[in-house]
Amino acid sequence: MSQYIANTRIQQEDMLKEMGLRSMEDLFVDIPEEVRLRENLNLPEPLSEPELVSFMRRLARKNYNGNEFSCFLGAGAYDHFIPSVVDHLISRQEFYTAYTPYQPEISQGTLRSIFEYQTMICELTGMDVANASMYDGASALGEAALMACAAVKRNKVLVARTVHPESREVINTYCKFKGIEVVEFGFRDGQIDLEDLESRMSSDTAAVIVQNPNFFGVIELLKEAGEIAHRHKALLIASVDPISLALLKPPGEAGADIVVGEGQSLGNPLNFGGPYLGFFAVEKKFMRKIPGRIVGETVDNLGRRGYVLTLQTREQHIRREKATSNICSNQALCALAATIYLTLLGKEGLKEAAELSLQKAHYTYDRLIKTGKFSPVFNAPFFKEFVVKSRTPVSALNKKLFESKIIGGYDLAKSYQEIPGGWLVAVTEKPTKEEIDILVGKAGEI
Amino acid sequence: MKDNALIFEISKPGRKAYSLPDCDVPKQNVEDLIPGEYLRDTAPVLPEVSELDAVRHFTRLSQLNHGVDTGFYPLGSCTMKYNPKVNEALSRLDGFTQIHPYQDETTVQGALKLMYDMDKMLSEITGMERVTLQPAAGAHGEMTGQMIIKAYHEHRGETQRTKMVVPDAAHGTNPASAVMAGFDTIEVKSDDRGGVDIEALKSVMSNEIAGLMLTNPNTLGLFDENIKEIAKIVHQAGGILYYDGANANAILGISRPGDMGFDVVHLNLHKTFSAPHGGGGPGSGPVGVKKELVPFLPKPLVEFKEGSYYLDDDRPLSIGKVKSFYGNFNVVVKAYTYILSMGADGLRQVSEGAVLNANYIAHKLKDKYLLPFDRVCMHECVFSCQKQKNKGVSTLDIAKRLLDFGFHPPTIYFPLIVHEALMVEPTESESKESLDEFIKAMRQIDQEVDTDPQQVLEAPHNTSVGRLDETLAARKPVLRWMPKE
Repeated sequence: MSQYIANTRIQQEDMLKEMGLRSMEDLFVDIPEEVRLRENLNLPEPLSEPELVSFMRRLARKNYNGNEFSCFLGAGAYDHFIPSVVDHLISRQEFYTAYTPYQPEISQGTLRSIFEYQTMICELTGMDVANASMYDGASALGEAALMACAAVKRNKVLVARTVHPESREVINTYCKFKGIEVVEFGFRDGQIDLEDLESRMSSDTAAVIVQNPNFFGVIELLKEAGEIAHRHKALLIASVDPISLALLKPPGEAGADIVVGEGQSLGNPLNFGGPYLGFFAVEKKFMRKIPGRIVGETVDNLGRRGYVLTLQTREQHIRREKATSNICSNQALCALAATIYLTLLGKEGLKEAAELSLQKAHYTYDRLIKTGKFSPVFNAPFFKEFVVKSRTPVSALNKKLFESKIIGGYDLAKSYQEIPGGWLVAVTEKPTKEEIDILVGKAGEI
Repeated sequence: MKDNALIFEISKPGRKAYSLPDCDVPKQNVEDLIPGEYLRDTAPVLPEVSELDAVRHFTRLSQLNHGVDTGFYPLGSCTMKYNPKVNEALSRLDGFTQIHPYQDETTVQGALKLMYDMDKMLSEITGMERVTLQPAAGAHGEMTGQMIIKAYHEHRGETQRTKMVVPDAAHGTNPASAVMAGFDTIEVKSDDRGGVDIEALKSVMSNEIAGLMLTNPNTLGLFDENIKEIAKIVHQAGGILYYDGANANAILGISRPGDMGFDVVHLNLHKTFSAPHGGGGPGSGPVGVKKELVPFLPKPLVEFKEGSYYLDDDRPLSIGKVKSFYGNFNVVVKAYTYILSMGADGLRQVSEGAVLNANYIAHKLKDKYLLPFDRVCMHECVFSCQKQKNKGVSTLDIAKRLLDFGFHPPTIYFPLIVHEALMVEPTESESKESLDEFIKAMRQIDQEVDTDPQQVLEAPHNTSVGRLDETLAARKPVLRWMPKE
């Protein structure tokens, strides 16, 4: 018997006997014979723990991991430094082996940490209300589009082409099945093209969706987009980088009605794309329209402060036919990691991480341009990520860098054919000047 | 106060809990890099604490939670089984955590192999052709599955198939997920044995039916023995049969949804395959489909050619993407190691153990608590506390009283079709001894309903907070901490 099954054979037989049953078979009498599986599943032979450990170590070694490389690849998933405390604390069983806080009396840890998380997201984004988190940044955008259409009772969203390509795909999926029209608008010098946006606005436009900094790393024209959206009585949805918010104007101040974003940068490892978390924040007037879970403060029978899931109908109570969202969980442990990360970095540390990223990204950019092998693509200001045009094909460039233990930038040709040779380079606080100089040196040699 | 403090309330200006390197590149003025109009005027109010402050704060918070490692957690429908520690350790190897989703495929062959193998193994377990690992949770999987069904019908030109049938015993998310895919839902009643009412099902069939969403065993913990006939009715009407895998812990190696006639299946790796629930996530909700539906799966899928694995994005009929990248990869790693430790025999023993434990509890409590469907159940059993309710004590009170015994209460007031429902799912992880302790507590509570009802009505008595005022929370929402002016 497996180590994960508690009862012994003898105990199982005793239990069956006590119920007046003869064998396990008697427990499965409701399953018609024609659908019973009478042979073993075709699965690999079970591994003992030492065998499993060595098998998985071998498998992990087939992946070249960022701890052995300098990583300059971003494009939506960033290699920011994670303090040791984060994993130490989220590894406490009381956090990770618990489920949804359905019983608040024995879930105050999860509930209070979510309340703290909601507060931090409101502080970063400048919004009034944040939920307990969504699956990731992209699905948060999909849900934001649906929420906007339901809130203003219109059926079209305009999405900037400077929004992450995968996010745009997810928005498309979420919208097309609900019969919502998705129209993209273009960019000019790396920022949204305001004329193009204006020309596509119409009386059925529910929302304008932009990303800041956008996929190219460029600081986006948030305020202008908001003005256009609001003039047409549509909402502005902004997807933002949480680290950038230590420096950049909160999107709430710039006029965003719904602010979402990918929260991975906040204490969550790259993990080959997941699990991450999406944050989701709105103005107070949309408090009751926000999808997902939300935690509120209240008191107990003795007047003591405590926290509960609130406003949202829970899983079993989602209004069946009127549902505007079906999400009934959050990425609690990832949100906890983000909360602990923001606690550790705090007011000053987050700003330092953001400024280090900003400085190092600009140093890298300037040095790359000086090699003469790369040319500027946009003149607009950027944060921690930028686009340069490479003379050598990007795939060859990245291959070469890999030999020097460098994971190079994202090949923009994959998603933007109009930017041939486009190389999207991300620089966090992690790479040292020495590592950057090696990158520049190797990239300049080619 | 301190015990109850929020992290913001223990903050002291100037205190720090981080250590970042000095800037080693020539520093420029921030305003020279980013125009002032884009910069924020005031810093966000984040905590300023020492590292030990932070560690103590979150350690204290954790102590206010009940986890599977704390004690029995028979939360019905949620499969709160043990989360093996080796899964945690192995999923934290650098080779799994420190890899970027856009790294060149040749540099992540281990990760791609893992995903490819997982697709194969979950296909085998469910009797499906292919499985996508992209959905992030059960409800996300449901939504993805519904979208696949919609895309399939539309591709065949059957755009009139806009109605999804959902039984009244279904999980609350089922109808909501169908609506996310653009379907209208039709509810069918359960029969007096707790299964789908065959006549009611027949009566709603038409060429407008896109399919039926079914959980089998259903939310009463009962296996629908008419499953083959149900499949026939749905298929004859041109519909697709959808399997909600929330209850898959009952059938591993015993029966496969594919063999029952299901066409689309979602699984919850955080329930059935031992990945932890994380306090509400991250989960993972892979979706498997039969051959005709493979073209509609989200992109990319992992394929294998000439000795190497690669991501195949060239899937013109795909519904697209429901999430960035490839799903909750690191959760998948934990389920993968679980399946590798269990093997075929082990998985069958999981379901046998889970079903045995549930039946044992039903057997030992049914003289005190009403068992509305008194027959062999699968991995969970559903009681009604109607007898106790008649004496003035509700299911909620009983659940709260269980807290005093150190148990997480079962799921309550679900399924909706049972009055005062109490849904117990013990899982195979629990020993007879822990079941007996739970049974003893439940019997004592039943006795208290007669002898000392206040004890139950005023429970819990020894938790960090008592019953919380949920009405107040909803009426006057306080959703964030505010700095004092």
